[in-house]
Amino acid sequence: MLTKTFTIQNPTGLHARPATLFVQKATSFPCEVNVIKGTKKINGKSIMGLMTLGAKLGEQITLEITGEQAEQAMEELGKLLMSVHG
Amino acid sequence: MLQKGIAAAPGIVIGRAVVQKEEMVRYERRILDQDEVAAELARFRESVRAADLELEQVKKKVRHEMGEEEARIFEAHQLFLQDPEFIGAIEEKLECERVNAEAALEEVRDSFVAIFESMDDEYMRERAADLRDVSQRLMKNLLGIHDQLQADFTEPVVLVVHDLTPSDTAQLDREKVKGFATNIGGRTSHSAIMARTMEIPAVVGMSDITEQLQTGDLVIVDGLEGEVHIRPDEAVVAAYEAKQQAYWKQKEDWARLVHEESVTADGHRVELAANIGNPRDAVQAVENGAEGIGLFRTEFLYMGREQFPTEEEQFAAYKAVAETMGKDRPVVIRTLDIGGDKELSYLDLPKELNPFLGYRAIRLCLDRVELFKTQLRALLRASIYGNIKIMYPMIATIAELRRANQILDEVRAELRNQSILFNDHLEVGIMIEVPAAAMIADQLAKEADFFSIGTNDLIQYVMAADRMNEQVAYLYDPYHPAILRLVNQVIKAAHQEGKWVGMCGEMAGEELAIPILLGLGLDEFSMSATSVLRARDLLRKLDYKSLQETAQHVLTLESGEEIRAFIKEEILNKL
Repeated sequence: MLTKTFTIQNPTGLHARPATLFVQKATSFPCEVNVIKGTKKINGKSIMGLMTLGAKLGEQITLEITGEQAEQAMEELGKLLMSVHG
Repeated sequence: MLQKGIAAAPGIVIGRAVVQKEEMVRYERRILDQDEVAAELARFRESVRAADLELEQVKKKVRHEMGEEEARIFEAHQLFLQDPEFIGAIEEKLECERVNAEAALEEVRDSFVAIFESMDDEYMRERAADLRDVSQRLMKNLLGIHDQLQADFTEPVVLVVHDLTPSDTAQLDREKVKGFATNIGGRTSHSAIMARTMEIPAVVGMSDITEQLQTGDLVIVDGLEGEVHIRPDEAVVAAYEAKQQAYWKQKEDWARLVHEESVTADGHRVELAANIGNPRDAVQAVENGAEGIGLFRTEFLYMGREQFPTEEEQFAAYKAVAETMGKDRPVVIRTLDIGGDKELSYLDLPKELNPFLGYRAIRLCLDRVELFKTQLRALLRASIYGNIKIMYPMIATIAELRRANQILDEVRAELRNQSILFNDHLEVGIMIEVPAAAMIADQLAKEADFFSIGTNDLIQYVMAADRMNEQVAYLYDPYHPAILRLVNQVIKAAHQEGKWVGMCGEMAGEELAIPILLGLGLDEFSMSATSVLRARDLLRKLDYKSLQETAQHVLTLESGEEIRAFIKEEILNKL
């Protein structure tokens, strides 16, 4: 299992459009992706889960990835989280 | 029987009702036997697959008929259908609690809707509406309900529904649906906006109209008055047929004025322009004979999305409007007027005690310079494609105007350095909507190229009356002498400096206000596109010279009532 913590850089946080991109990307990988904010942990392949997290600019979220292609998934999903325009 | 509602789209339709009630979707909650579970799961998955196919179709149709923006709603719906937390939770409930698919769907939906709605964020509440819409689609597939709204009607009908969801609207047969009435909604609800776009009469906010009517009943929807007649008798039908004819005739008469000049009987020329909210409205403005755009609200570019629009997105929108209007028709583009009561989910502004007196419009733009610069760059770049003018909202001091112009100059210098073309002679004006600005109009007129009086806000600031507050509605009066005197003063101050003055509030399109504003010397009247021809018709009957005197007399009257009565009796009734 890989874990890594990111600080949200997008001024709009993880709202629908960035969340949509994140989910689409996460779904393209065979591995399991969990997103953790504070005490909440949700399935990174769920748009509803991600939106209910309500992650905002400057907040920290942790990705927990298990399974096939975990490293590649971590890299690409991390990039999305760190991007400003995603 | 007559029932009142909210007039959502003008016109009159007389026809047979097709009623669709909410509780059509009925099922029984059932506990499955263990050996039924697999089949039930398969049935549910089939409904998801079918819904996805339907959405694919709807998306295509909407993209073709309405545009990419609207089509995106259905892309979001498809994402819900693939959501493991949503679909997964339903399947889990079905398997573990052994309930039928309908019950599992509804229970999971309700729990998510509750979460979204508790989030106290407009964006999330919209997601709740999408979730309901997509769940409804699944439910209908499960129950095998053939949607009446999708039926091929053999004759023209009036739809009577609880509300029109985006899905419903996308599936309407526009050839047959001649009008509609809904239980809920206001003038700016989704259904009302759709009705105006489709140009079919509609009355919304009827509370229980779906209970009052049965499919097949005769019904009259009067979108002019906001009334619905339930099972009218012959006399009422005859009266409304006459009213309908008169409305059509009047529309025809007005339509003949599309290419005529906006000139008074004695030859005084003014400009009749339209207020628009997005590039597509510009086409409608031209069709309705507008000679320009007096107010392009750029907020649409910023609202209903998740992040700031890029310079390219803005440039494309401004360029589109400039090109639609051409070189001869001016387009006044107002810079971002957001904050206060108009929220952006991604612009995390603190809640304010008095949003109308708060951090908004030009105040916000002067503080968030990068945001402002992006818009100004897009505006300047688009300026070579037509006759664009820039207008700053909510200016209250001369320092604000100077600061805004200084930023504009910086942007101009940047563009020059990058050898990017723009119109060097573009006019830059301001909205007059803060009383302070009206009072120093003589000073502002020296540095602004034009004024546009924004009456909607100006009235509430002058009268200290919130326009949404019904208990003080009596104070929100455009005809109060204080307002008319202020308008008079602003026009005089501008003309003294050789600058022109427009008005882009609701008032500019009102039959009662036009003669007085004309008499006071207003140069440009900007209104909703559908009011332009009616205004032109009126203008062509008025006499500018005599109205100049009349207007000065009106300024001496003591109250709004007195002024309105005077205009009605002494001007309009004598035409």
